[in-house]
Amino acid sequence: MENENNRRNFLRKSLYAMILAFIPPSFISGEKSKKVVEWIIGENYNPYDHYWSMGIDINKCIGCGRCADACKTENDVPREPFFFRTWVERYRIYQDGDVQIDSPNGAVNGFEKGTESKNIERSFFVPKICNHCDNPPCVQVCPVGATFKSEDGVILVDKNYCIGCRYCIQACPYGARYLHPETRTADKCTFCYHRLVQGKLPACVETCPTQARIFGELKKKASPLERFRRMNKINVLKPALNTEPKVYYANLDMEVK
Amino acid sequence: MKNFLKEIPEQVTRIVFLLIVFIAAFLFIRSNLVPEDFGKTGHYRFSAIDEIISVDIKYAGQDVCNECHDDIVVVKDSSYHHNVTCEVCHGAAAIHADDPVEFTPTAPRERNICPQCHEYLPSRPTGFPQIISASHNPLKPCITCHNPHDPVPPETPKECSACHKEISSTKSISHHALIPCTKCHSVPEKHRLDPREYLPTKPGSREFCGQCHSEDADSEPGIPRIDLETHETKYVCWQCHYPHLPEAK
Repeated sequence: MENENNRRNFLRKSLYAMILAFIPPSFISGEKSKKVVEWIIGENYNPYDHYWSMGIDINKCIGCGRCADACKTENDVPREPFFFRTWVERYRIYQDGDVQIDSPNGAVNGFEKGTESKNIERSFFVPKICNHCDNPPCVQVCPVGATFKSEDGVILVDKNYCIGCRYCIQACPYGARYLHPETRTADKCTFCYHRLVQGKLPACVETCPTQARIFGELKKKASPLERFRRMNKINVLKPALNTEPKVYYANLDMEVK
Repeated sequence: MKNFLKEIPEQVTRIVFLLIVFIAAFLFIRSNLVPEDFGKTGHYRFSAIDEIISVDIKYAGQDVCNECHDDIVVVKDSSYHHNVTCEVCHGAAAIHADDPVEFTPTAPRERNICPQCHEYLPSRPTGFPQIISASHNPLKPCITCHNPHDPVPPETPKECSACHKEISSTKSISHHALIPCTKCHSVPEKHRLDPREYLPTKPGSREFCGQCHSEDADSEPGIPRIDLETHETKYVCWQCHYPHLPEAK
């Protein structure tokens, strides 16, 4: 009788052990998640204290392209055209309804005036950048988990883990990603994450001469960004895609795609 | 229990054995392929964050500039350029902040820098100060007239241009734009009340232009020079050159 009991206990225990082995570790490691909350990177930066986002005021952008140039300098983005973490587009809407969009070399060298054969109805510049979506399609499609949303809302790429399959480049509806020609991995805007952890602004925000770019906390009551969102009529790019972008545009024209 | 195990058909025990082998192999391979710190904070490699933030900073930021260059920053902060950080014009200066002696940031003095923002483009917002650089004092660097730390349009001599608008507009786009009217014309006080009776002087001698343009003149380099002894001695300067719009070099 005793013997049988032991066997039954043994089988029961082994059954529990089997179940435990297949449970994802995050369910049981209460202690570990506590450690993560106190996780501090850099000198004094707790990602759980922040939620970053950007505002762009179209009416203030003068199309000088200093942001695109500074981004390339700050992040060692290849200087050739087609590799951009941020760029500026020029929209020209003519009186006959024709819309021309151009961005010569991402506006790193600014814009040329050009000759207009038709009358312009309205014209403006639109700085573009990764929208750091709250519901990012690029993260969803990554087959290896090389791109991810950090705790402070920034979409990052782990370039040492990326396999260069380019799914994310295809998935991004904003064209914000490119394949780095040297590493052959996906690359994109990081909101200058290495600057954020040191309490500095992203390079494009730092160098914008007209403060068309506003950067700050999304979930704090007082931040430059919250003020921007309070004082302006706000829109995002392609809201119908439910990507929930965290780059907010003020005075966005309906023609902007 | 022993009987129960014996009663399991052999094909079942075999397939269960195979299944266990496959699962074990999968777990073994997976544990070798997936990095150790994967999934520590989310579906990503934990150490990727450290790699991303280990990039060197190139732009020091306005606060760092303020620490040493407060004298210039005070001027700039009350000017039209108060929102323009130092590194917009002077370039990325983190290495300068680290080692101010070894690395000096660039100080753009050429004419092509300011038009990046101030050249006229129809797409720029209304009210933003813009120029057409082809006709705006051509060939002169912007800093000869404008202080970039406190930019204001240079004062135009309204006293003269009120009547002599055409000459002042012509002169303003010429190489002589910076020369005040009174450098060449001495104007009697009564000229303003009775312009036709009291005329300003006009330089009549070759030597007057020669003060700047003769070969031995004590003037800035880059000014075109001639030999007064041999250069078209039959004429005075204004018979061939129009001083309000002298020919380009």
